[in-house]
Amino acid sequence: MSAAPAAPLAAWAEERAPAWWRVLPSRLVTFFVIELYRVRHDQSELVTRAVQPALWLLIFGETFNRLRAIPTGNLPYLDYMAPGIIAQSGLFIAIFYGIMLIWERDAGILSKLLATPTPRVALVAGKGFAAGLRAAIQALIVFGLCAILRVGVDWNPLRLALAVLVVMAGSAFFSMLSMTIAGVVLSRERLMGIGQAITMPLFFASNALYPVHVMPGWLQVLSAVNPLSYEVDALRSLILNVPGDLPVDLAVIAGALVAGVVTSASLLDRLAR
Amino acid sequence: MNAVDCDALRQRFGSVQALDGIGFTVPAGQVFGLLGPNGAGKTTTIRVLATLLKPDTGSAHVFGLDVRTRATDIRRRIGYMPQQLSADAALTGRENVWLFARLFDVPRSEIRRRVDEALDLVGLGEAAGRVTKTYSGGMVRRLELAQALVNRPRLLILDEPTIGLDPVARAGVWEHVRWLREETGMTVLLTTHYMEEADQLCDHVALMHSGRIVAEGSPASLRRSLGPDATLDDVFRHYTGSQLEAEGTFRDVRSTRRTARRLG
Repeated sequence: MSAAPAAPLAAWAEERAPAWWRVLPSRLVTFFVIELYRVRHDQSELVTRAVQPALWLLIFGETFNRLRAIPTGNLPYLDYMAPGIIAQSGLFIAIFYGIMLIWERDAGILSKLLATPTPRVALVAGKGFAAGLRAAIQALIVFGLCAILRVGVDWNPLRLALAVLVVMAGSAFFSMLSMTIAGVVLSRERLMGIGQAITMPLFFASNALYPVHVMPGWLQVLSAVNPLSYEVDALRSLILNVPGDLPVDLAVIAGALVAGVVTSASLLDRLAR
Repeated sequence: MNAVDCDALRQRFGSVQALDGIGFTVPAGQVFGLLGPNGAGKTTTIRVLATLLKPDTGSAHVFGLDVRTRATDIRRRIGYMPQQLSADAALTGRENVWLFARLFDVPRSEIRRRVDEALDLVGLGEAAGRVTKTYSGGMVRRLELAQALVNRPRLLILDEPTIGLDPVARAGVWEHVRWLREETGMTVLLTTHYMEEADQLCDHVALMHSGRIVAEGSPASLRRSLGPDATLDDVFRHYTGSQLEAEGTFRDVRSTRRTARRLG
């Protein structure tokens, strides 16, 4: 059945360990490339995932654009919501990464990864990076839709590149939030329930669809502690070139990202047991 | 130096005493089998040695390195294949092996050659470009062997390497393990509940029951100790009073399943 083994192996030499500071970037590149391979083998997923943001823009966006029910200042509503939809589609991708992590644990993949000389931090950061990659591809698709719908995007490449980075960082954070919950609940079913229960509140208790000042007070508080609001605000300033609080937004996203890496990595050994 | 040294290992999961004072030694170059029914503690032992689980008490060393303090150094020296079919179905065979070559820091200049080498070793050179979801169970198992071999480990840890495979695929995996061991002198630690597998592959076996080792020796010497026609099954029955491959009561099965699930 199996082919005869090929030529004998060279000396079973010992591997030299790379310098510690090279391990993390090397792992990130590895997980990024692997995610690219996955995307390449199943491109249909990209199309199906693009349906939801397209529907939001086309149906919800176009309708409310006409209704003018939401006070967005000088901005047409479609322009106002487009960055929100980009952030949201990244969130929806990212929130599944915890479920994937539990699936990988049940399938033995996680044990195998954890038995390699890969720091826990690198593993979750790699997953986050992978989530960011998918969200970035998604963002590019929505940019395409924006061009078709004549959304007032500032097509300055530098701004757009920075916007894509913000989408990646935001989605990476939400994937780590999801992996953190995975490390706590340890079961796919429970995570699925919690995932559903938090995605919508994260989305609606943010400035993705409407400005914060129209919300009731308690919702404004939620929005102020919701990383998605900062991501949307950053995207809005970058994509539409409207005034925002970019330095604060970026600082909050970066801080959330670091906290996400640390907490999800520290819970990984719970999943490995 | 011994590949594995462990002593008085104890591990508890809730009310289950998974390991109840395990101690054994695997000299370098040996094929060592941990044999026992589901729930005996084989997988837990292996997870301790693969640095996935820190034992409650007792000591465990791999090539003289303590599993509690030198986990990363141990990981560089081992290849580990878990019980489940754990290749990534969305990737090709080559991409699956490439991933592990990268995770073991195989030098960039060698990575291509080493990935091909590992794939050829398990006879998957030609199927390497296909997505793994098109592979048969035996092919996936051999692919996982390639993943575990790409870092040229000095200790190969196989958890139930042929569980769920048909006899032909099983023989294929055995053939590759035997060949590897002859060519490389690698140490192999495997768990199994198939007597035939232990007889075919192992130089030395330890029979486990309820978290303890109840008998140890070469398969031949264990059989001889009971009489000229004894099988390893008889040996196991002799030491534990129960059949190795019997299913046990419903409660036994249910609790093993629960444990298995908890252990992941």
